[in-house]
Amino acid sequence: MNPRNIPPATRDDPARERRHSLLGLVSSALLTGAAFALVLAQPFARPVLLACIAALALVQIGCQLFFFLHIDLRRSHRDDLQLVLFTSLVIVLMVAGSMWILSSQHAMMG
Amino acid sequence: MRFASGTDRHPGLNIHGRDPDAHRAAEPVIFGFWIFLMSDLVLFALLMATYASMSLHGIAGGPTPRQAGDLASAGVETALLLASSFTFSLTSLALKYRDDRRALVGWMALTGLLGLGFLGCEAKDFASLIGKGWAPELSGFLSAHFTLLGTHFLHVACGLAWMAVMFVQIAVRGLDQAVATRIMRLALFWHLLDVVWIGIVTLVFLQGSLS
Repeated sequence: MNPRNIPPATRDDPARERRHSLLGLVSSALLTGAAFALVLAQPFARPVLLACIAALALVQIGCQLFFFLHIDLRRSHRDDLQLVLFTSLVIVLMVAGSMWILSSQHAMMG
Repeated sequence: MRFASGTDRHPGLNIHGRDPDAHRAAEPVIFGFWIFLMSDLVLFALLMATYASMSLHGIAGGPTPRQAGDLASAGVETALLLASSFTFSLTSLALKYRDDRRALVGWMALTGLLGLGFLGCEAKDFASLIGKGWAPELSGFLSAHFTLLGTHFLHVACGLAWMAVMFVQIAVRGLDQAVATRIMRLALFWHLLDVVWIGIVTLVFLQGSLS
């Protein structure tokens, strides 16, 4: 625990990392604000609005993974990123499958 | 290469420059915790799928998603949780760069307060729904609504309990290696709860008020 052990690596720079966190806060706040503003003002038709808030949410999730969870495309992060992508695949299969089954069950019962 | 020195080894803030021994010890436990968090993400995704299905087909004469969701309250909750995610990243930076633990404890305490505020707001939402007679057993939709939000609520409450344990351990043991990696795992847990909340806000409150 000796500060002199810090190598001259550029990424280990407190000011830079504080800015990184601040960018996470600002980008998330802007994206959230935009999504709420769209829903309150409703300037477009409903399908367009739904696509917009879904896109804003996805971008914000990406921002938080990058700025707060430090997941990126660097080689040393590949395993973590692959795990995120594999989990996303499992989620898409399970969620899409469940929705399909539930909606056709509903259609047959109705 | 995963085992090269001086590189990031795990999700979240890496402390390799600051404390190389703790960094090496941290890799397997944090990667393992990351696997747990991914399985948690699957749980939330399936609760959201159930919610999406129930909000279409499970109204059963009860309230609609638009009536049940309070957009203003969701805005306050989102702001509180986002602010707490930011203050936790300052906690991590204090862990990495500062020798005095006052900054770390201060930022983590502020994170805890913001988390408590979030829980308070959500508890108020739950109470107001039940006060209107819209309890979970009224319809499939309300069951799914309470299950999804309640699961997230419990996760945040667990995060706060974990924080309380960390305050005690910092006071008793100081910032040793084990305590430091526990705080790093708590950071991942906390940040991911905010990521899940983005999905919940978009699906339940924003999408709900457009329905």
